[in-house]
Parts: sequence; structure tokens; C-alpha cells
Amino acid sequence: MFETLILILDSTVRLSTPLLLACLAGLYSERSGVVDIGLEGKMLGAAFGAGTVAYLTANAWLGLLAGIGVSVGLGLVHGFASITNRGNQIVSGVAINFLAAGLTALLGQTWFRQGGRTPALPEGGRFRDIVWPFAEEMRGIPVIGPIYSELLSGHNILVYAAFLAVPLTWWVLFRTRFGLRLRAVGESPAAVDTAGISVTWLRYRAVVGCGALCGFAGAYLSIAQGAGFGVNMTAGKGFIALAALIFAKWRPASAMLTCLLFGFLDAIAIRMQGQEIPGIGEVPVQFFQALPYILTVILLAGFIGKATPPKAAGIPYVKERS
Amino acid sequence: MSAGQLPRWVDYGLIPLLNLAAAFLVSGLVVVLIGENPLKAVEVLVWGSLGYGEGIGFTLFYATNFIFTGLAVAVAFHAGLFNIGGEGQAYLGGLGVAFACLALDRFVPWYVTLPFAILGSALMGAAWALIPAWLQATRGSHVVITTIMFNFIASSLMVYLLNNVLKKPGSMQSETRTFEEGGRLPFLNDIFPSFGFGYAPVNLSLFVALAACVLVWLLIWRTKLGFEIRSYGANASAAVYAGISPVRTIVLTMLISGGLAGMMAINEIMGSQHRLLIDFVTGYGFVGIAVALMGRAHPVGIVLAAVLFGMLYQGGAELSFEMPNITRDMIIVIQGLVILFAGALEHMFRPAIGRFFTPSRALMAKEA
Repeated sequence: MFETLILILDSTVRLSTPLLLACLAGLYSERSGVVDIGLEGKMLGAAFGAGTVAYLTANAWLGLLAGIGVSVGLGLVHGFASITNRGNQIVSGVAINFLAAGLTALLGQTWFRQGGRTPALPEGGRFRDIVWPFAEEMRGIPVIGPIYSELLSGHNILVYAAFLAVPLTWWVLFRTRFGLRLRAVGESPAAVDTAGISVTWLRYRAVVGCGALCGFAGAYLSIAQGAGFGVNMTAGKGFIALAALIFAKWRPASAMLTCLLFGFLDAIAIRMQGQEIPGIGEVPVQFFQALPYILTVILLAGFIGKATPPKAAGIPYVKERS
Repeated sequence: MSAGQLPRWVDYGLIPLLNLAAAFLVSGLVVVLIGENPLKAVEVLVWGSLGYGEGIGFTLFYATNFIFTGLAVAVAFHAGLFNIGGEGQAYLGGLGVAFACLALDRFVPWYVTLPFAILGSALMGAAWALIPAWLQATRGSHVVITTIMFNFIASSLMVYLLNNVLKKPGSMQSETRTFEEGGRLPFLNDIFPSFGFGYAPVNLSLFVALAACVLVWLLIWRTKLGFEIRSYGANASAAVYAGISPVRTIVLTMLISGGLAGMMAINEIMGSQHRLLIDFVTGYGFVGIAVALMGRAHPVGIVLAAVLFGMLYQGGAELSFEMPNITRDMIIVIQGLVILFAGALEHMFRPAIGRFFTPSRALMAKEA
């Protein structure tokens, strides 16, 4: 029983990581007032970029860099449309999702001719699991042993990076001048503008930061968790991350807990397939899949607390009008 | 530069065309990037979609889907709402069509089933839009986010229903049984053999779609409700002061929008597939956003935009056949670019064009 729990928690960590990275990405963007439903597309683009470069160079770090590059590029398109041109942020996000889905499949097929997939990555093209010291030796110790050697040890570097990004994000947002301004520009851009700080430049930095984190998330899918890019390999994770961001009420620590919860639901769903729960019977796996979305809707309706987005989120800033 | 300062033909003709041209230019660059000749690609695309009867038939078939989802997004636009849930609403609409067809197909001819199928699809689509609408109207949760969530919930729900509840007994496929004659709309090819639509699945629901265009036009510009919808969209707080109920407007608009999205399923399920199956919507709901944007939320514009996207879908299929390097994913790229340029970047060319028109206006002012 304890063993099972540890195994489920272990896969929870693995499944939460891309959600957490994308969720933190969205956090930067939306805190600055730029709504981003293109998380999915940026992740997908990054996964493709990372998979392609990691395959060609057999270097996971270069892959990661390429993933970040692609994702930041898409983020800049979003920024150009929604910050510079004051376009509709939702429409721009939808466009980015379409572009990424189409381009990755198209270019993947043109370059590799394997139905849009990248070939299996060569040695060195993947981030390997890091085994902590004495993990094997400690395995035998009850309770602490499995927690140390299964749950804490044995993940790849991006997993640890994702969880380290949580306190870092908190520190940046709530303890630095940049973070204060970033949050301010999401609440009242006019006030920030009056203070003589550029709304545009702040928002562009937020969008680039968002792109970089989405780059990590995408790279995790194709060169850390997986061994290559597959068509539409994000499969809605960007939208789950968006749901998690709302569920976490745009806060870093809650984001981590929410992503862990959503990852746990996913892990349970995989585990429970075809199994009966005593007293309830078999719960359809689709129920677990839909649960994050259902929970988010219930939260948004204000039945379990209240999710108030940054006030200026989704509204382009027009100087003359204010 | 505000919209009112430019002549109407610039606002409704030139700028959308420029945006579209930019989208196609970038698409052409993508084609060059994968080592093909873009002019040849355009030729194949246009010929494949309009060059012969069956191609036209397929183009019109896809256009029918896009008219429904485009109208759905457009109606919501008029109230300032963004219904991004066309995907889920159309999926549930399929359930409504399937209920009507499965119940009636063995007993009555198609023209008796059709009204029930229309009713069923509209009701189910509207029902799926009701909760996001109600939540936005009364609890302030944003309709964009809730409709996205509802797309995913719809997808899970339908997978469950098709695998566990509605599945044809003894079948491995996640789909209902195939409808009998009473649950199939006649193909246009059978009604008008002289057009030579061949095996194209374009069917009578094309006329249902066109009728929906007329009704939407009447609703938005010729009824009290339409006036309320437009007033609310133009300035919500002013509309409330004028005595227009926001809750009623939001809910009614979203019900109509969801109903229209749901009706897309008539074309796919009753008109072509003749059974309810997994993933029959595959992005048509999202394309509706592009169609509504390009058609400037006007039924005539939507028909034109829907035909254009129908051409992309059918011509794209032909393209992937003739030039195997350009897979069908190219259509998705083009869609993304159209949404980007015609939607998110719609103001990009406006300042330049505005400058172009200003001198002549200054001159006019001098003369006056």
C-alpha cells in the first residue's frame, strides 16, 4: 500500500512538472496584464525545437536552448500583436496555438519524414535522471528509504528546476522592484505609466519570461520525459496549466500545489483504469481527466473561494485614453 | 486612429484584404521554406477546390460547417462576448442530432427527422453554452475561460458516452450504429445530378446554414433583441442604464451562439457520417473564430469567409495529394496566420492607411 502510494506520488511529480513550468509561465504574463491562452502552442513549439536540435546535436542543453528560443519567438509574436498593436489577446493566443500545431507537424514531416515525429534521440540528447547519493543504499530503510530514493531522487534536472522556479518566482514577484512593477502593470497600467515606467517594456519582459518558462516545459516533454517530439504531444497540457493558474489564483505557491493536485489526478486516472473503488464501483477514467476543468469552473463561479484575475488582464493599454 | 475616420470601403474591404494578403504571403514563405513552389501550390489549391464539380462539392461541404460555427462566434461578438467554446457546443450538438436520428430513422423519412435533428442539435449546443453564460452573467466568471474548460469537459464526456453508453453492441469502434434512410440528409448530388458533385458529401444542410444566415441577419439588425445585443456589445454600462438586462442579454446571446455551433453537427452527423463518432468536430469550432473575424461578424461576410476556408480545407487535401511535401497541416498553419493577421493584428495596417487618406481629407476640409 505504502509502496503504491510512493509510486503514484512519484509519477505525480513527473506529470506535474510540465504543468508547473507552463503555469508559472502564464503567471508572469497574466500578472503583467497579458492573458495567454497560447501556452499550449508555445509548449508545443518548444517541444519541437528542443527535440529537433537535441536530435541533430546530441546535446540536451542545446535542445533546451532551442526550445526556449522557439517559445520566446512565439511569445514575441504574441507581444507584438497584443502589446504593440493592441490586438485581442485571446485571438492572438488562438492564432499561436494554430501556428504551433501546424508548423511543428509540417516541418517535422518535411525534415524527418516520420509522420511529423523526430527520430529517437541519440545518447546525450536527453536529460537523464539524476540519482542522489546513497539512494540505493537507503532504499531498504522503511518509510524514509522509499521517499528518499523513489520520490526525491531519480528525476531529471528539469523537474528540480521546475520546483526551484516556484520560490524563485515568488521572490521575483513579491520581493524585487521588477516584480512590484510587474504586478502593478497588471492591476493598473495607467498608474505605472504615470510613474514614468514603460508599460510596453514591462509587458514585453513578462512575455519573454513566459516564453522562456514555456520553453522549459516543452523541452521537458520532448527531451526529458520523452525521447523525441511527437505530433501534438502537449495534448491539452497548456490548457490544464491555464486552469491551474486560475485555480491557484495567480500565486506561485498555490500554483505548485494545484499542479501537483492536477498531476495527482492524472496519475490516479492512469492507475485506476479498469479498477473498482469499493462502494462506488468503477469510476470512468474520463471523469478524472475532466476533473481539473470542472474544479476550475466551480472555482471561477466562486463556490470554493474566489478567483480574481489581475484587473488589467486582457485589456490592451492605450496611453491617450487614460 | 479610430474606425470612423476611414471610408467604409477601406474598413470593410481594403483592410481585411490587406490582412488576408499578409497571411497568405507568410504562408507562401512557409511553402518556400519546405522547398516547394508557392505559385504552383496556389494553383493546385484553387483548382482542387473550385476546378471541378466534386471539388466544389467538398468546398461547400466544409463551408457549411464554417458558416454554422462562424455565425455562432459572430452572434456572441455582437454582444461583446467571446464564445471560444464552439468546439464543445458542436460536439454536444452531435449528441442532439444522434438522439433524433437514432429515435426516428426507422419509422419516418428524413424530412420528418430533420426538424427534430435541428432542434436537438440547437438545444444541446445551447445547453452546453448555458452554464458558461449563466456563470458569466451572474457570478462574473469569464466566458472565455469557462468555455475553454467546457470544450475539454465535453470531449471527456463524449468519449465516455460513446465508449460506455451509446456504443453499438459488439463493436470495437467508439461510435453509434449507422443511421437508416430516415436519419440521412439527401446529398445535393442526388438532388441536382447536373452539378456533378460526385462523391462530395455536400448535402441539404447547406440550405439550413444559409437560412441560419438570414435568420441571424434578421435577429441582429431587425429585432428588439438584436438591438439589445448590439447595444450591450457597444457599451455595456450604457446599455444597463438604458434598461437592458445584462443577465438576460448574456444568457440569450450565448444560448443562440451555442445553438448555432451545435447545428454544425447536422452537416457532419446527419449529412455525411450518418453516425455519431469520436472527434467529428476536429477544430471546426476554432475555425469559426477566424471565419467570424474575417467576415466582420456579418452573415454575408461569414458566407464568403466560410467558402474561403472551405477552399483551404478541400484545396489543402488536394495539395497534400499533389505535393506530398505539403501535408494537410499546412491548412492549420494558414488558419493560424489568418487568425493572427485578420484578428490579432487587424490594426497593423490601419495607421499607414490612415496617413494615406488624411491629406485628401485635409484638402476637403479646406475646400469646405
